[in-house]
Amino acid sequence: MLEQQLVNGLMLGGIYVLVAVAFTLTIGILNFLNFSIPGVFMLSGVFTWALLKMGLPWPLAILGALAVGAVASLVVERCTYSWMRSSDHYVPLVSSMGFLILFENLVLVQWGSDLQRVVLPFADLNIRFASLVVSIPQLVSLVLAIGLVFCLRMLLQKTQMGRGLRAIAESPSTAEILGVVVARLVPMVFVIGGLFAALGGMLFALNYQQVHPFMGEEVALKGISAMVIGGMGNVWGSVLGGLLIGVVEVLSIHFFNADFVDFSVYGLLLVILFFKPTGLLGASGIVREKF
Amino acid sequence: MSGYLEGVLVILLLNVIFAYAVYWPLAAGQLNLGVAGFVGVGAYVSAYASNEYGVSPWLACIGAGMVTFVLALIIAVPVLRTRGIYLALATFAFGQVLQSLFLNLEVVGGAAGYPVLAYLGIGGIAVFAFAVFLVTAFLERTRFGLNMVAVHDDEAVSDLFGINVRRYQALAFAIGAAFAGLGGGLYGHHFSYIEPQNYSILFSISVVLFVLLGGTQTVFGPLLGAFFFTLLPEVLRGSEEWRYAIFAVLIIATMILRPQGLVTAGELRAVRRLFGGGALAGRSHG
Repeated sequence: MLEQQLVNGLMLGGIYVLVAVAFTLTIGILNFLNFSIPGVFMLSGVFTWALLKMGLPWPLAILGALAVGAVASLVVERCTYSWMRSSDHYVPLVSSMGFLILFENLVLVQWGSDLQRVVLPFADLNIRFASLVVSIPQLVSLVLAIGLVFCLRMLLQKTQMGRGLRAIAESPSTAEILGVVVARLVPMVFVIGGLFAALGGMLFALNYQQVHPFMGEEVALKGISAMVIGGMGNVWGSVLGGLLIGVVEVLSIHFFNADFVDFSVYGLLLVILFFKPTGLLGASGIVREKF
Repeated sequence: MSGYLEGVLVILLLNVIFAYAVYWPLAAGQLNLGVAGFVGVGAYVSAYASNEYGVSPWLACIGAGMVTFVLALIIAVPVLRTRGIYLALATFAFGQVLQSLFLNLEVVGGAAGYPVLAYLGIGGIAVFAFAVFLVTAFLERTRFGLNMVAVHDDEAVSDLFGINVRRYQALAFAIGAAFAGLGGGLYGHHFSYIEPQNYSILFSISVVLFVLLGGTQTVFGPLLGAFFFTLLPEVLRGSEEWRYAIFAVLIIATMILRPQGLVTAGELRAVRRLFGGGALAGRSHG
């Protein structure tokens, strides 16, 4: 039934929101399409599974998975962006793709390519509104996604660090002249972005209870689409785009079939790029000017 | 020739063709992340032509290249309105849409794949791969190639000097797509089976990766990248499960140490001077 599908779509969209925000941060502030984000997403999901399997209590497993994501993201920053500020624009993009392949294959070597089932540490709880079934973990992730985006917005608008980051987004060299310590703030962008991606991966593992080395790709490609559809560099745009794609995906399955999902999602992306490349809510100024 | 060696050689030749498919738009400053879609169109069109209408595989593959050339010219009109990262994303979206189209086209088997009856051996593929290289090397020496470099280096200045920037970008995009279609047709006719899963974004990404690894400043870069990408995993076969991880580390290291790729225009010129061939100065980039 349709209402239930809409609810499922919004829940799925919550995951896309987190990934889209991770993408939009590095694009909006550093003008860098960070292709290692699917890898960070996957690492966190796989580590959630692995740590739970080792018998760790779930709060520790979750923290561990998030920490792995943040550290992986920092490693990417050390080996891509911090080296190549002066080279051709596609170079960090290529290196970050290299990291995606690296992360996936390291996990492959360690745990194999099989789909692993995540055993939930808590009973699967559902609440019912009339005839609608809503799973509590999914509801928590959706609320968490939107809440965190709100916090991020606050961080960017109100704090000293946020002002520094926005200055870098306008012009890294001018920001440097004005006393913003670019070298210290850039890693922060990666840590925050990495945490959003890691949170997405962890919630994905808990909600859908399966992980494998390539789980990041499909989700991340939809995350990129969500970011563009909402407006690159625009944090609220990522929220709108993510939820929209979740709903479009679920409705495509409902009305057509599973093979039709990519057609409608990427068709929508193509249409947006042709007619309104700045996205539904408008891209932030930086992305339009540079590149 | 042993079966193993022939298998590796075929992959190498096909990778060379795909490399130039990505190289052309890159030479005009565009990152095409949808090359897998064009490869797929070429594979399906040529397979359908040879299966249903008995067209010879040679003609079918050339025809596939023409079809993707025209398709790229048509799609270039809206796609090239976007620039930089938006262009890369638009080509990515286009590739994904094409892939899901193959998945839903029951007339060519849908998700189950499509068998190709006619067969094309390694000889034919070698002829086409060589032709693709020669065409690229020749065009680079012409005024056309020079204008392409100008467009890559500075669109605004090229425009001021009277180069029709949009036309050159569309042509580079379409020539690349034609090579992709040709390569797709050859792939289908050699391996006798095509399925939509082959034409994913990962295919596009890996071709882009090895072309950039080789370098995009000279016509030899993609060639080197294709050799590297095809042969390295074979050399590393001893460490089977580690080979893609090692490949990834090499990409990251290359981008740190040699962000312009393995061969650059400047070095090529130096080598030529060494052999007294200064008249044939390579492409220059700032």
